Amino acid sequence: MQDRKIRVLIAKPGLDGHDRGAKVIAASLRDAGMEVIYAGLRQTPEMIVEAALQEDVDVIGLSILSGAHMTIFPRVLELMREKGLDDVLLTGGGIISDEDIQKLEAMGTGKLFGPGTNTNEIVAYIKDWYKKNRLSKENEEAHS
Amino acid sequence: MDDLDKIKKEKERWEQEMQKKSRDRKDKFVTTSSEPVAPLYTPDDMEGTDYLKDIGFPGEYPYTRGVHYNMYRGRLWTMRQFAGFGTPRDTNKRFHYLLKHGETGLSTAFDLPTLMGYDSDHPRSHGEVGVCGVAVDTLKDMEIIFDGIPLDKVSTSMTINSPASILLAFYIVVGEKQGVPSKQLRGTIQNDILKEYIAQKEYIFPPEPSMRIITDTMAFCKDEVPLWNTISISGYHIREAGSTAAQELAFTLADGFTYVEYGIKAGMNVDEFAPRLSFFFNSHLDFFEEIAKFRAARRIWARHMKEKYGAKDPRSWLLRFHTQTAGCSLTAQQPENNIVRTAYEALAGVLGGTQSLHTNSMDETLALPSEKAVKIALRTQQIIANEIGVANTIDPLAGSYFVESLTNKMEQQAEDYFRRIESLGGVIPAIEKGFFQKEIADAAFRYQEEIDKKERIIVGVNEYVEEDEKIDIPILKIDPEVEKEQVQNLKKVKETRDNEKVKSCLQKLRNAAREGDNLMPRFIDCARQYASLGEMIQVLREEFGEYREVSIF
Repeated sequence: MQDRKIRVLIAKPGLDGHDRGAKVIAASLRDAGMEVIYAGLRQTPEMIVEAALQEDVDVIGLSILSGAHMTIFPRVLELMREKGLDDVLLTGGGIISDEDIQKLEAMGTGKLFGPGTNTNEIVAYIKDWYKKNRLSKENEEAHS
Repeated sequence: MDDLDKIKKEKERWEQEMQKKSRDRKDKFVTTSSEPVAPLYTPDDMEGTDYLKDIGFPGEYPYTRGVHYNMYRGRLWTMRQFAGFGTPRDTNKRFHYLLKHGETGLSTAFDLPTLMGYDSDHPRSHGEVGVCGVAVDTLKDMEIIFDGIPLDKVSTSMTINSPASILLAFYIVVGEKQGVPSKQLRGTIQNDILKEYIAQKEYIFPPEPSMRIITDTMAFCKDEVPLWNTISISGYHIREAGSTAAQELAFTLADGFTYVEYGIKAGMNVDEFAPRLSFFFNSHLDFFEEIAKFRAARRIWARHMKEKYGAKDPRSWLLRFHTQTAGCSLTAQQPENNIVRTAYEALAGVLGGTQSLHTNSMDETLALPSEKAVKIALRTQQIIANEIGVANTIDPLAGSYFVESLTNKMEQQAEDYFRRIESLGGVIPAIEKGFFQKEIADAAFRYQEEIDKKERIIVGVNEYVEEDEKIDIPILKIDPEVEKEQVQNLKKVKETRDNEKVKSCLQKLRNAAREGDNLMPRFIDCARQYASLGEMIQVLREEFGEYREVSIF
């Protein structure tokens, strides 16, 4: 299991087509050694969670610039719980106010990133989460 | 020639001296587009440039110096702030506010469901109604947006693409109701579907039927709405998606040539429709690179229209353009700094000879602009126009060794791209192969890498950072009630209209789509009967199908 690459699903939910950020992040994560599945545009929460399940990903990253984040993130979380994806990280970024970020993180999303974030910060965050939530658990399981 | 040889020799000598006597503070100097910049430009950098042939005079071929004889000495550019949010009533209020503060043209932003052809009550619209722009479902909404605004007095630009001809149909009928004949209406629909496939991604139908809707609109407008700009061929979104300046220039003009070719193929004479094509460019941070881009754009368009497409009417040679400052250059950090960035970008647009200008508001990386922010943005243009003297003389940077050499380089880079696009079979095959998308994604990635590695400094983002910054500017919020209200209003319209008539005009639209008749008269009939945008688009989705892109990163 040591060799397994971190698997990340990058998707753009909603109707917005501005995919510059999603693509830059996808390329950065790939260059950092992760397995990136780029779902592309106009993904509904249902499509996203289904793809996450099919692709057996560790992380879902959503890019939302349209202002629809307070509708979309909670719906994705709800579906993830329904499908038993409790151990998958839901992160993302876009034009999201600090106030909304706090609300969403309280609901159970991972860290959310605003404009101007260094891509290395996102890479480090995901790697760190993976180490804490996946590798340590695997070790525990191996010892028990 | 002797002079040029002497200058070259002297320049070499000077370069050696410079290297001996001074040291640069970094290894390489590049533009925003990562193009290298030399320490000094001299007459040998514009070798081969023929003043009369390549630069010439304003208002005359090849228009490098501007499209009008006296440019801003005659009339200033149109100050046109893009606006629209919430309900039609909210947007109407914002329009009246802008007109009261000296704006001279309107520019409408629609919400994502409208851009994608969904009504406010469609499940895919949930959470997005009125958020990024105003929601329009039926003629009723357009009547409210333009309430109290005389359509024979203002010109209106509408940022809408896939459903552009339907919005124009709504506008024509609003005009009818105000007693303004369509021949007097002035304005622009963006209607540039090619850049949607390339960059902005708000496409609905596959390329061929989309191009047919556009040629239908051009053919209808040349007779019925002759003052209307039928396409605003847009580089703005290509640049926002991360392209370089040269890519923005080349891809936009290549799109323009494609519309010309389709217009000719549809049986029109080039001079019947080309004068109503206009352009829309981004003005990014690199001051001289942007000015060179605008100057090169005019020259390339004029040359191709005259020499390649055989246009005889000088109005077909003119590249008239709107400019918007670069949204992607703004930072969420220390947002007040965005006022300064926008001012320099606006100045580049003016020195580049723009016909109209939108200046971004400082808060646009956080939300839609507040009234205060939008007023400062408008005032920025008024200061440029009235206080700093740049509107007094025409194309004042012409003859700058640097600017002329950059202008020549831009033209060469664009011509190189035209050849590559042609070798792929043209713009539409190149889209289907993902060529543009890949070029842009690569440039965007390189730009981000330069910032992450601090090779490129962005004030407040990777240098001069204020730790624990609290952003303290007012933010405009869209009330979730907007969606409910809009859905209610649509329901009311559907209950009060004559649904039999709606059914019959939608059927006629379907027949026209199948039989190849011009769709514009059908859209206008549907609009008059209060058929909704979503209903019309649905008919066309069934007839034309939907486009899916290959995702590349």
